[in-house]
Amino acid sequence: MDPTLQTFENDVWWIALIKVLGVFVLLLLLTLFTINYERKVVARMAVRPGPNQVGPKGWLQSLTDGLKLPFKEEIIPRTADKVIYFIAPVISATCAFTAFAVIPFGPVVSIFGQQTALQVTDVPVSVLVVLACSSLGIYGVVLAGWASGSTYPLLGGLRSSAQMISYEVAMGLSIVAVFMMSGSMSTSEIVAAQGDGREVSLFGLDFTAPGWYAVLLAPSFVIYAISAVGETNRAPFDLPEAESELVGGFHTEYSSFKFALFFLAEYINMITVSALCTTLFLGGWHATWPITLWSGANTGWWPMLWFLAKVLLCLFVFIWLRATLPRMRYDQFMRFGWKVLIPVNLVWILLLATVRVLQTSDLEAQTRFTLIGAAVLVVVLVAVLWPSGKKAAPAPSLAEQIAARPQGSFPLPPLDLQVPPSPRVARQVAERQPADVSSDRSEV
Amino acid sequence: MSFSPYVPIVALFVLGALFALFSVSIAPIVGPKRYNRAKLDAYECGIEPTPQPVGGGRFPVKFYLTAMLFIVFDIETIFLYPWAVSFDALGLFGLVEMVLFIGTVFIAYAYVWRRGGLNWD
Amino acid sequence: MTGADVLLLALGAVAVGSGALVVLTDHLVRAGLYLVVCLGAVAGLYLVLAAELVAWVQVLIYVGAVVVLLLFAVMLTRAPIGRSEDLNRPAWPAAIIGGGAGVGLAVLLADAYRWVEVAQGPPGTAELIGEAVFRTWVLPFEVLSILLLSALVGAIVVSRGQR
Repeated sequence: MDPTLQTFENDVWWIALIKVLGVFVLLLLLTLFTINYERKVVARMAVRPGPNQVGPKGWLQSLTDGLKLPFKEEIIPRTADKVIYFIAPVISATCAFTAFAVIPFGPVVSIFGQQTALQVTDVPVSVLVVLACSSLGIYGVVLAGWASGSTYPLLGGLRSSAQMISYEVAMGLSIVAVFMMSGSMSTSEIVAAQGDGREVSLFGLDFTAPGWYAVLLAPSFVIYAISAVGETNRAPFDLPEAESELVGGFHTEYSSFKFALFFLAEYINMITVSALCTTLFLGGWHATWPITLWSGANTGWWPMLWFLAKVLLCLFVFIWLRATLPRMRYDQFMRFGWKVLIPVNLVWILLLATVRVLQTSDLEAQTRFTLIGAAVLVVVLVAVLWPSGKKAAPAPSLAEQIAARPQGSFPLPPLDLQVPPSPRVARQVAERQPADVSSDRSEV
Repeated sequence: MSFSPYVPIVALFVLGALFALFSVSIAPIVGPKRYNRAKLDAYECGIEPTPQPVGGGRFPVKFYLTAMLFIVFDIETIFLYPWAVSFDALGLFGLVEMVLFIGTVFIAYAYVWRRGGLNWD
Repeated sequence: MTGADVLLLALGAVAVGSGALVVLTDHLVRAGLYLVVCLGAVAGLYLVLAAELVAWVQVLIYVGAVVVLLLFAVMLTRAPIGRSEDLNRPAWPAAIIGGGAGVGLAVLLADAYRWVEVAQGPPGTAELIGEAVFRTWVLPFEVLSILLLSALVGAIVVSRGQR
């Protein structure tokens, strides 16, 4: 049974309390799991064993790491602003926890005889609640960087917050299409809107295509996925903690459990964007085709399993990206966000709106053609007037650069230096192609 | 008995805040303390820390521009939300309105692009 | 007094108190943080009055964007850790003007409404706001795009300078 907004107002207080505690514990467990999951997957991709010492097959590694951290010495730099230094990790962790309150895990089930939905709560604008929490999380980052009173964290925090606000716009815009299709901003209603798929017949096989918005709104889904990676500061967009440039980024000066809280917040944010992705684009807790052949797939507690499986799949993609892609440069990253994601998103929203107007309203043929003509005209105009900026003058050649040097400059080393082949390479080449002493060669 | 659906959100917020506050306060108590003056210096890759310039140093103006761009596009996004939710009721009229709105902001966007405001150098 | 009244009073007290702290504190960045609390409390007021969308828009735009811009602007010029002594100057003219305006407005509003019970409107859902903005108040909405345009152009001119 699909929950409605009314379901949440009828919850008894102790049921709500159980659900709040349940989500809290689930988030902590998922974080511990995800850290291990990430380390193991990355290790497999790098042909290493990964953590395998603590607990069965190493699955307790992150738990022991977490328990160890509070017993480490806490170092507060002398130059720090103590109060804000103390508050910043609390802000990060709290905002990360709060966002999960509106994520739907499943349909209405019975807990201790009470009918309740597997979702802490839902409000008519619950997607905005998640977005607001992630935008409040910026404060944790920028304040941690500033309050440390140190150079690297300051730069890291600033970079990080600029990155987060840039990709928040792209993320916010990618969700608009979902609102348009579902006509609602409440997470449970968006999930319900993706519930019924269409019957599709392909190669004589009848199956139900999922009504997922990832399929119907593929461009939005792609943009959401990219901006989610940027928003959570994960590889290949993990510029805030580019080790080679900024040591550890905004949390360089943090130690002990304050550091652990930033770590926790990062992983919870990752889980949250994955859960939001599942909710908005991957059909939420609804099972997909082969499973739906079993009629009980979308009832009872089973949907929670499908939901968690989808979230773990999204997390796997996060980890996969980290293991595969090199880090981007900051200017490339910002250029991609502002010059590609945002305009593409806006054009796509307007195109989708046009298509929807053509589909739903009964317009006269003339209006219809005017509308299509106008849409084409707008696209052509945008393409023609696309601000390409000035072409940079071609870089002068080397000879010109040398000729332009003022009199009395430093002498230049010879620029036509031929590097002699290294003896090692020569030997390897010789080993790979053994001297051919067969008859046809010897005749030459 | 019914209560506002916001109460559980507040409850989770309070629970998260309590957990975070508890854990940051417990760590200095149970952790060891071994005083060393060098430990309390700002970290700079093992070299002598450079003193902060007067006023804490200054940032490139790029960050300000990015935040300004962010506000403008955030407002635009916020207007798109109610528009998208009630789009089916608004129909063609709503589409024309939004094309005009986005078009106007797009002119500014193109200007910013031409002036190099989107280049991070 | 109902629970909503108590909440309104508490949130109002938080908003006024943190607003006062914004102008009284000597720490520049902490002033920004008190502003966050103040704006957040105002968002809470909207929420209690059932204006959900406006409340979250307040959090997203004012708390999540405008104060971040303010913090950036403060850090752009100077953001010393610790007190800024030059902020600690006699403030009685500002106190008189600010306090006078606040008390005057309060008296005016209290006198205008007395103890009239104003019925609460329908909850401010996205559908209602969408209908209102995009049907009734179309012109202000379109004029707003001009405002955004000038804001962007202004930001570029200020930060890049004349070329």
